[in-house]
Amino acid sequence: MDNNTILCKGNDVIALAAIRCGCDGYFGYPITPQSEIMEKLMEEKPWETTGMVVLQAESEVASINMLYGGAACGKKVMTSSSSPGVSLMCEGFSYLAGAELPCLIVNVVRGGPGLGTIQPAQSDYFQAVKGGGHGDYHFIVLAPASVQEMNDFVDMGFDLAFKYRNPVMILADGIVGQMMEKVTLSPPKPRWTDEEIIALSGSWATTGKPSGRRENIITSLAMDAAVAEKFNEKLQRKFNEIRRREVRLEKIKCDDAEYLLIAYGAMSRICEETVDNARAQGIRLGLLRPITLFPFPSEQIAAMTPQLKGILSVELSAGQMVEDVRLAVGDKTPVTHFGRLGGIVPAPDEVLAALKRTYLQNENE
Amino acid sequence: MKEEIIIAGFGGQGVLSMGKIIAYSGIMQGMEVTWMPSYGPEMRGGTANVTVVLSSRRISSPIVSRCDTAIILNQQSMDKFESSVRSGGLLLYDPNGITKPPARKDITICKIEAAEEAAKTGNAKTYNMIVLGAYLKKRPVVQLENVIKGLKKSIPERHHKLIPANEQAIHRGMEAVR
Amino acid sequence: MDVNDIIQPENKVYGKTPVLTDTEMHYCPGCSHGVVHKIIAEVIEDMGIQDKTIGISPVGCAVFAYNYLHIDWQQAAHGRAPAAATAVKRLYPDKYVFTYQGDGDLASIGTAEIMHACNRGENIVVIFINNAIYGMTGGQMAPTTLIGQVTATTPYGRVVELNGYPLRITELLAQLSGVCYVTRQAVHTPAAVRKAKKSIQKAFENSGQRKGLSFVEIVGTCNSGWKLSPVEANQWMVENMFPHYPLGDIKNEELGIKDWLKQ
Repeated sequence: MDNNTILCKGNDVIALAAIRCGCDGYFGYPITPQSEIMEKLMEEKPWETTGMVVLQAESEVASINMLYGGAACGKKVMTSSSSPGVSLMCEGFSYLAGAELPCLIVNVVRGGPGLGTIQPAQSDYFQAVKGGGHGDYHFIVLAPASVQEMNDFVDMGFDLAFKYRNPVMILADGIVGQMMEKVTLSPPKPRWTDEEIIALSGSWATTGKPSGRRENIITSLAMDAAVAEKFNEKLQRKFNEIRRREVRLEKIKCDDAEYLLIAYGAMSRICEETVDNARAQGIRLGLLRPITLFPFPSEQIAAMTPQLKGILSVELSAGQMVEDVRLAVGDKTPVTHFGRLGGIVPAPDEVLAALKRTYLQNENE
Repeated sequence: MKEEIIIAGFGGQGVLSMGKIIAYSGIMQGMEVTWMPSYGPEMRGGTANVTVVLSSRRISSPIVSRCDTAIILNQQSMDKFESSVRSGGLLLYDPNGITKPPARKDITICKIEAAEEAAKTGNAKTYNMIVLGAYLKKRPVVQLENVIKGLKKSIPERHHKLIPANEQAIHRGMEAVR
Repeated sequence: MDVNDIIQPENKVYGKTPVLTDTEMHYCPGCSHGVVHKIIAEVIEDMGIQDKTIGISPVGCAVFAYNYLHIDWQQAAHGRAPAAATAVKRLYPDKYVFTYQGDGDLASIGTAEIMHACNRGENIVVIFINNAIYGMTGGQMAPTTLIGQVTATTPYGRVVELNGYPLRITELLAQLSGVCYVTRQAVHTPAAVRKAKKSIQKAFENSGQRKGLSFVEIVGTCNSGWKLSPVEANQWMVENMFPHYPLGDIKNEELGIKDWLKQ
């Protein structure tokens, strides 16, 4: 076993991955269940090694606006929080998207609404995927299901953010954040030099105006309605390109499936076991796991409908992703939601029982 | 090979770190592992517990409703987890403070007087290592050399001088388990 | 002699700094913003730091400040400029970073961000324009609005029981250890403009020497919001604003902190 393979908590590995992928700055505010991210960064002291800045801000409002300032400089910057803190950041999300700033936001979701519970949940799907802040915008939303993916999605998130000049959110949950698994750390990459930043983002980033270049202005303001419409159309073209090119998903035992579970993040891990348990009982069940929640794998789900008798969308929520599943499927296949609320996580057999209750009542009789 | 373990007791008994050492030992032995602290449906009740899964294949759910082994260190955990052990599985417990001993007939039930043994060593902190030794004696899912490697990985280097004491405690647990 | 005979190099007595753009300003005639923009631009030119300066504009009348200076700019969310500036300066420690904020932006919605940027001693410059009113949204009460002052949301004058007191945030921030230089200036006379420019230059120099945060308040006029002519507005400011917001240094290396409670 090499030294880069370790047993690590999901939250801790976010910090390690950030340092290793050449992140320039982290700005955050403590909130359970993700405080380990900043704690680990402070313990690692990356400012002494890579030069990465780590700063505890006075609030999530400040940290998201620090992210705005840093991202506007063309730097690789990130923050992390959990649901109530993410709600506070939503104004900043809208400005970041409106100013087309690449950055990474990690949301280790807990139960809501309000102060809610520190237990894991997936009840912020709408907020992450449909907006949260005001205006017509989307984040690219990645849903890790393992500690390894928590590691891998940090670097991938920054790549996507800079490719599209758009914020990327890692939508994790308390389970993936708090559990430990075997993880192979990415090989370290150096931070970008000032010259590399200018080569990559010099056409727009506020790096200081040399003589001979126009001033770079980062703003989301467009007072003229015609200008604002043109800009919004440009944003929408970008989101459509992301929809075409960046869908990621995993299919497990789907080839001969008659029934399909759709689940993301930690819930998909539980559903994977449900699939095994169901198949042991002769039920041809498969699992489709969206890895990107925006863009959502609508076409891939729709393509499966001819073989399916029923879909169970399983979430730690009252039914949010299920709306996107229904939009993808239309009336071609029955779609039902199953979820637990308030931080309760269903066991694999509970999901199987829900599937049987919904679709296999008659066959059992 | 797949072993699903629930370890449950009071906070401070070293439940989480014992789980971490087992998980690290599994990695040293080339297995897939997950370690999930009391964070899901079982968290209520004020006691600490952790679910560790060791497997030669990719692990799906880190949260289990049934386990192969339950290591139980207080009565509340006994009430909660006795029924979770799969038929044919193992329930290992410290009788100290247990008012209602386990009664199942379809599982192997073992006792480790870990509190008493730890008191004999004069080092209460070795409690969880004694329990670990008892577990390893009954379920040798990981080799002792990999446990020692796992120990080295899971405790900070400044505490590595304590490893021999921990190793002795593991042996003590192996001998004391009934 | 016609005008072309006069426009000759040897007759030049004043030149616009090239750091200012040629864009026509959107500010109302008589507004203080234009003068403050100009002296910031002149300081940047004098110090030769145009390529190293990044400005953060606020929400408020000065939201469009980025149209008027040939430097890189960010436009921040309402009140959050000090947070954005914090990150810029931390990530580019060799740049000169300044925020330009009004009284609503800095002293109302953005109090947490300015307070903590000051307290952390961020090596940035804060230019704070206090004209005791919300200009852009049409003349509503600001935290710095004077007692009895009529605004769109205090149509019968500001009343303490309802609206509290005019906030002397500059004196509050001067108490914080991370702040090295705090001054209050105005730009209503040529002499005042010269003093204000010196203060802004000192603030930028402090930033270069990493002494901490430098805070320059400019008591300004909003003749549109105050519903006065430019000349009347200047007079009203001298008579009403200056007694509550007295000019001069509040904190510097020689003075320490002025005992403002006794004023």
